[in-house]
Amino acid sequence: MATSLRAFSFPACEDKFGGVNSTADNDWAGDLAGDWVGRSMQRVEDPTLLRGLGRFADDLPTPPHACHAAFLRSPLAHAEINAIDTAAAAAMPGVVAVITGVELKALSTPFITGVKVDAPQYALAMDRVRYVGEPVAMVVAKDRYLAEDALEAIVVDYNPLPPVIDPEAAVDAAPLHPGTDSNVLHDRRFRYGDPEAAFANAAHVVEASYSYPRNSCTPIECFCVIADYDPGQDAFEITANFQGPYTLHTIMARSLNVPGNRMRLKTPPSSGGSFGVKQAVFPYVVALGVAARVAGRPVKWLEDRLEHLSAATSATNRVTKIRAALDQQGRILALDYDQLEDCGAFLRAPEPATIYRMHGNMTGAYAVENLAIHNRVVVSNKTPTGLMRGFGGPQIYFPLERLMDKAAARLGLDPLELRRRNLVPTEAMPFRTAPGALLDSGDYGRSIERAVEEGGLAELTARRDTARAEGRLYGIGYSVVVEPSISNMGYITTLLTPEQRERSGPKNGALATATVAFDPSGAISVSVSSVPQGQGHRTVLAQVVADVFQMDPGEVAVATEHDTAKDPWTIASGNYASRFAGAVAGATHTAAVRLRDRLTAIAAADLNVAPDEVAYGGGRIFAAGNPDNSLPLGRSAAKAHWSPLSIPDAAGAGLRETAFWNMPELVEPDEGDRINSSGAYGFIFDFCGVEIDPVTYAVRIDKYVTMHDAGRLLNPMLANGQIRGGFAQGLGAALLEELSYAPDGGFQAGTLADYLAPTVMEIPELTILHDQSPSPFTPLGAKGLGEGNCMSTPVCIANAVADAIGQEVTTLPLTPSRLADLLLPEEAASTTPIIALETTDGHALQGQGSTTVPAAPDEVWAILLDETKLAAVIPGCHALTTTGENAYRAEVTLGVGPVKGRFMATVELQDLQPPHALRLVGGAVGPLGTSQGEGHVTLRATGGGTEVEYSYTVTISGKVAAVGGRMMDGAARALINQFFKRLVGQVDDAGAAPGFFARLLSQLLTVLGLGR
Amino acid sequence: MKPAAFDYACPDNLDEALALLAEKGEAARICAGGQSLGAMLNMRLASPAVLIDIAGLRELKSISIVDGAIEVGATVTQAELLAWPDLTASQPLLASLLPWIGHYQTRQRGTVCGSLAHSDPSSELPLAMALLRGEVVLRSRRGRRIIGAADFQTGMMATAAAADEMVVAARFPVALAGEASAFHEVAQRHGDFAIVAVGAVGDQRGVRLGVGGVADTPGVIDLSWPANDATLNDFAWSLGGMDDQHASARYRRELVRRLGRRALEEVHDALS
Repeated sequence: MATSLRAFSFPACEDKFGGVNSTADNDWAGDLAGDWVGRSMQRVEDPTLLRGLGRFADDLPTPPHACHAAFLRSPLAHAEINAIDTAAAAAMPGVVAVITGVELKALSTPFITGVKVDAPQYALAMDRVRYVGEPVAMVVAKDRYLAEDALEAIVVDYNPLPPVIDPEAAVDAAPLHPGTDSNVLHDRRFRYGDPEAAFANAAHVVEASYSYPRNSCTPIECFCVIADYDPGQDAFEITANFQGPYTLHTIMARSLNVPGNRMRLKTPPSSGGSFGVKQAVFPYVVALGVAARVAGRPVKWLEDRLEHLSAATSATNRVTKIRAALDQQGRILALDYDQLEDCGAFLRAPEPATIYRMHGNMTGAYAVENLAIHNRVVVSNKTPTGLMRGFGGPQIYFPLERLMDKAAARLGLDPLELRRRNLVPTEAMPFRTAPGALLDSGDYGRSIERAVEEGGLAELTARRDTARAEGRLYGIGYSVVVEPSISNMGYITTLLTPEQRERSGPKNGALATATVAFDPSGAISVSVSSVPQGQGHRTVLAQVVADVFQMDPGEVAVATEHDTAKDPWTIASGNYASRFAGAVAGATHTAAVRLRDRLTAIAAADLNVAPDEVAYGGGRIFAAGNPDNSLPLGRSAAKAHWSPLSIPDAAGAGLRETAFWNMPELVEPDEGDRINSSGAYGFIFDFCGVEIDPVTYAVRIDKYVTMHDAGRLLNPMLANGQIRGGFAQGLGAALLEELSYAPDGGFQAGTLADYLAPTVMEIPELTILHDQSPSPFTPLGAKGLGEGNCMSTPVCIANAVADAIGQEVTTLPLTPSRLADLLLPEEAASTTPIIALETTDGHALQGQGSTTVPAAPDEVWAILLDETKLAAVIPGCHALTTTGENAYRAEVTLGVGPVKGRFMATVELQDLQPPHALRLVGGAVGPLGTSQGEGHVTLRATGGGTEVEYSYTVTISGKVAAVGGRMMDGAARALINQFFKRLVGQVDDAGAAPGFFARLLSQLLTVLGLGR
Repeated sequence: MKPAAFDYACPDNLDEALALLAEKGEAARICAGGQSLGAMLNMRLASPAVLIDIAGLRELKSISIVDGAIEVGATVTQAELLAWPDLTASQPLLASLLPWIGHYQTRQRGTVCGSLAHSDPSSELPLAMALLRGEVVLRSRRGRRIIGAADFQTGMMATAAAADEMVVAARFPVALAGEASAFHEVAQRHGDFAIVAVGAVGDQRGVRLGVGGVADTPGVIDLSWPANDATLNDFAWSLGGMDDQHASARYRRELVRRLGRRALEEVHDALS
């Protein structure tokens, strides 16, 4: 490694690192005599990345005969698939294979799920689609362009079904999965202590209902899979930017019908980010495996942004009804959660993990003895959910920490004081929470007091007082959070009853592994199965190993790309649940110490001293009593390779150590459903001041302070980078980001102009403070800290906004428009009549109108029922065929401006009451999306002619709705405009007076709001 | 997200471009900066058979003052106009409005005329054009015509340019002595499509208020001093804005009233 690590000196900034809270029983301190761990060091990864030399999944070479895949995706939220016609696509140039559910089903089995229900999911839709973006077919072609060309030639005949989008509506709606009798696929109640008695005896009971939205963490790099299949071995070799957990390896291999040792999974050296999201690449690993097998060639697929936003994954949206019982002094006697979790169309592994990841932490940072939890998990017509930075945390802390403010208001207490009164006391550490988490260390009260002092809360409060005195909308928010790390592999089994767990056998632990080795040149290498996604694992591991051997970390090479066929790994491997600092760095330390002890045996013989007299320093090994008696570290190490017969037996053969580190605290749930869901628990206290623009209702963060206690910090600079990143994503969740759906299931956030992630312009300065209470349970005393602000920041900002406006806020993101709904006074009506076209049902454009026509009803009727005239009236109609009585099928080109697409349209005239009334029902399906509509027309003879009354509803779904949401209504009106222009053209051709029809058109356009 | 196949033409001069356009008509699309069209091609929202790339036509890369208007050639980027030294003196409205277009990076490629030809209802330049009553210069093999803003912008992403016509220049009237202007925009992030953009230009006799981001094309109203709230309210309602996932119609109307009021007051204050 050419690049040497350099200690990084911080520029003047507000970041403060508290000293380690030393306690007598910290045995980690002994092994950390070196001084690399704990220092801010520049990342060893960066010189490569900053030169543009990173090797990301898409950069990796593919064989010359490799093909490329593209997916046809459902434009509808819910529909039966009647038929898929792939013949035309299969015949297109360069197309190697077209694969639908039928072909896929022959070569794969449904994904295993954590909840045993008859709701099978394959890598492609089978006979039904259940969300917009669901993969329906896969084209394999010589390049991606040709593959996408062929997608447009696939014709899918859908039978639309009513979509279910709202989780509360899903509870009683018809089941999405015919094998189930309800959309509630999991329903369990938990009870700890005596919550009923606590509520009965409480001085105060506060309750509220909150709704956490769908959002994501949007890595820059989308999914990438390169799959190959060897029929000679019946084995798959797949490279994917998968991030773990490797529990999913079993699921992928099972789905591909091979044992795990015949599904070799490799990860690339560089990552463009994940934040949990890359877990959801696993269904595509299976899809591409099948594609490679069918095509008989390697197949590559790179997900694009529209695919990613609409169909990759999402955080769960959750509706929580929460209650707290409090005594007169504000002590929380009990909490009661009723959680309705929406996992989208399928419970895709590891779901329903989101709702159980925090199970041991449902009491937050508070000592609460009595707890009731009702968990229900529903499916709905939205993208399946999965891992997301903060996994399950924001869904808990948004309701819990909002309720704390509400409780404080009820009791007339300062919201921070109420929190202080309920904190888990430091004397009680390690503290077992009611639902079973073993909080390992921390002094929550001390951390809060330090943040109040050093973060300048008093000054902020004064600022609020001044602002309010001036009539400004200024508020302060707090949040107090326990941040779990190192997930117990058994936490998900909390969803089972004790009897079910007894039958299925225990699941527990969180085994981490690391390998440290010397090569024949005496150089040292580390490899781990942590699959980093940009965090700087290589840097930290070099620091850890350099300390053990007292050497320059620049001389430690760390490899983090992973190969399941050749590298050690466990099902807990991967980059998730903030397990690196606590578990992986710890396992690496363990392996390095073991290797050092063996090297010491060799060196002792070389130096002719006893092993306990061997010392390390400056890249050399020397006799502690006589530093002149020394050797370069590498020389003794190389000896293990070159002269294995000349080293002491005690050193063993081969200087390579693979350590597996287990955590004895991570036992399976007990009979009382208590679960230590994670191995270590950090603490966060945030506060912020926000001001709301009284004109636009934009929220400005005036100041934000975040205090973390994540045990010992291995590299403070990287720790702060993690905190800043988590804060940015938490800010996005609070104010900007939502994977929004229309009530008809249309996905609305298909571009980064619609899914609004914060940029550097939106992210304010952040004051970061640290306490360091080492974990007694991890080898280095470290805990995870990268997810915490995704948990603490959304609610901290929401609390500040609520404080500023003096009103409850029950959902996120707090967009200016949403705040306007809360704050705007009653609106003055227009003094001139407005016939408004309101979108009352998501993207169902509705309108109605009437006009009087000086012609007899039967003349108007004749035009509508004349097949050739109808063909000419439909915009862009190429060919119209009659498919039944008053039913037509037409190929049309529809569009606005340069946006054009070919659609297959169907129109049916129903309920004919000539010449008085009819109903038009129709739809259009094409590569750009799907539209359905219905119109009612009544003709009534009046003195001078006919009064035409009409009303219509149009819904639009699919790509065009996902990427052009802000244009949809205007586009629909433009098409209706075209329709009327053509209608008038037809009537003119029929010989009516042009002036009359021009007037009619003008009137219609005015009524439609189009006249100008 | 790969475009459908298209022919790419890179003409050496305007005549060649116009000849191609005359030949291909509807099947062709002019591309200057490609900041909107590029994304539309990749998403296959637009699939022209021929893309005529005019970015290299130096004859269209000029900014000059012609007949009391700033004439901006078709290949002048938004960044180049923003950097034009005479901009603030010639038309302060443009100077205050241009930084709201997209981002620094997109302004380096996005052109002034391309934005007008694209006619996105949220775009700032069509609003400026409508507000200042500018003109668009169209060329085809048939000749040259100059068309006023109100006639050019016919609807959402629709203009009066015929299939063989190309926008070769935009003309923004130079600010007259005794004229003042103001501009405000609300978007959730800087550089996002405007939820509402409001501009005002006036003198002692009266003031014109323009709104983008609400209706299919910029809405404009001429007011005499003092402009009363009822008129502003009626104007807000008349634009017929819709709900979308980012903002309700009601919020948009309120912004029209509030930002409109603010812009009017700023113009008024500058004049007095």
